[in-house]
Amino acid sequence: MGLRNIELRKLEEIIFKILMIVATVIITGSLAFIIVIIIVKGLPAMKLSMITQLPKGGFYIGKEGGILNAIAGSLMVAGGATLLSIIISIPVVLYINIYRKKRSRLANLTRFSFDVLWGVPSIVYGAFGFTVMLAFGIKASLLGGIIAIGFLELPIMSRAVDEVVRMVPSELKEATYSLGATKLETSYKVIVRQTFSGIVTATLIAFGRGIGDAAAVIFTAGYSDYIPDSLSQPAATLPLAIFFQMGTPFPEVQERAYASAFILTLIILVISITSRIIAVKITKHTIK
Amino acid sequence: MESKTHINVRNLNVFYEEHQALKDITLDIPDKKITAIIGPSGCGKTTLLKSLNRLIDLTEGVKVSGSVFVDGENIFNPGVEVTHIRKKMGLLSQRPCPLPMSIFDNVAFGPRIHGIKDKKELQNIVEHYLKETSLWDDVKDRLHTSASKLSIGQQQRLCLSRCLAVEPEIILGDEPTSALDPQSSLRIENRFRVLKDNYTIVIVTHILRQAKRLADYIVLLYCGELIEHGPAQEFFENPKEKLTKEYISGVIS
Ligand SMILES: Nc1ncnc2c1ncn2[C@@H]1O[C@H](COP(=O)(O)OP(=O)(O)OP(=O)(O)O)[C@@H](O)[C@H]1O
Ligand SMILES: [Mg+2]
Repeated sequence: MGLRNIELRKLEEIIFKILMIVATVIITGSLAFIIVIIIVKGLPAMKLSMITQLPKGGFYIGKEGGILNAIAGSLMVAGGATLLSIIISIPVVLYINIYRKKRSRLANLTRFSFDVLWGVPSIVYGAFGFTVMLAFGIKASLLGGIIAIGFLELPIMSRAVDEVVRMVPSELKEATYSLGATKLETSYKVIVRQTFSGIVTATLIAFGRGIGDAAAVIFTAGYSDYIPDSLSQPAATLPLAIFFQMGTPFPEVQERAYASAFILTLIILVISITSRIIAVKITKHTIK
Repeated sequence: MESKTHINVRNLNVFYEEHQALKDITLDIPDKKITAIIGPSGCGKTTLLKSLNRLIDLTEGVKVSGSVFVDGENIFNPGVEVTHIRKKMGLLSQRPCPLPMSIFDNVAFGPRIHGIKDKKELQNIVEHYLKETSLWDDVKDRLHTSASKLSIGQQQRLCLSRCLAVEPEIILGDEPTSALDPQSSLRIENRFRVLKDNYTIVIVTHILRQAKRLADYIVLLYCGELIEHGPAQEFFENPKEKLTKEYISGVIS
């Protein structure tokens, strides 16, 4: 009986090993597959002019120009939105972790809100942003896009920062308090420093998520062939550029959609890699 | 009655949720002496120590009744401003816990938050307190490197420098040598012997021998109750309580 048992367990081990390998291949393979597809399909349209020029007359039927408007617009929208979400999420997270007991009702309610907000589809943020903008008389603009994407990024940022702040060893807080530090001093001089690499990683993840979103900007940021030079002007974004280019009947323009997708993917890839490198490097002073 | 000392504990009860960790503790901690809190694991030593500077507040679900007077002020009174109480008491924890910054900034942290900005002055303070724990020679060439790179023994001395730099009157230590190698422990113990001329020192230890060789005053806790307290010599040579005798002779541990 003992022997049978061992063979059964060996078989179990083999089956699960195979399942795990298949799952790993699916994950890494689909990333590779996506990149290959957009490169192959977008290759004919990949010229330097794509990233250095604004759309010229006739761009949407396959003539001259590039998508500099959408690259710049996307960076502005996602950059502004990330700033907005940092400004809101860090105080919230510090408040529920340092000023309130970690397991207080308010802290739990706040965490529950992050979870729900995380799951809200981005089109709802778009609609929400649109309603708010109507109420304040703001037209589709860079500012509108920043607000909508900012709210989309907020739960991502907050949850990621909460995760690292919660991990701060209580001895570190005790050490700081016992020197006579206030909660504010403890928060900004010690906790933020201790969790800095985590905060940077959270920022980059939120930025990556924000720059790739189409639904939240569709009503709020509008679209324009130019780079906005103020918050009140409409801004083009990469996901919408892809959407518009893909929707035309011209094969040359559809190729451009793939080239745009490649540029967007590249930006996100660079950000992910940077965040990994930073996460390793900035831990210099961190106490384990 | 007895002359007033720095720290007076009166009828202190501490509960974690339903569990009573300290039962009606009344105690005067002698000034400028080393007091050792001893007792078996889980008897409430850490709880008592953390009640003295209100770090106990940070624990979830804790309830405190009774009072702790520090220089005549009941620190558990509502409305008491805790930072100035904590400033009076330095803390050494079981595992040294440097702040996530350079060696220099660790020592300068306290003086800085208490308002010292002048660079030269800060440098003098850092040098003085690093010498005080004989760490200066080890680190003087790398003051601006990360404190977490130091060895554990050095880190504990850094923590001691850091706590002295705030100019406390009282030093609290929760098994401050238990994570250290014998030599580093000895260095800390020797430092305590020197420091007790100017500071009131309270340490928790579960090593009876350490309490014997270091302490002037012993406090024995058992299951949250104060069993016996008194001058070390009397406590060890002439214990009054049966439990104390059993504990000293190792019958219970
Ligand atoms: N945060 C907490 N929540 C609930 N119970 C706790 C908490 N901290 C301590 N206790 C309980 O209170 C009692 C006293 O704990 P305390 O840490 O003061 O003991 P100790 O004497 O320092 O023990 P040790 O020698 O192991 O450090 C123990 O029974 C412990 O289980
Ligand atoms: Mg303890």
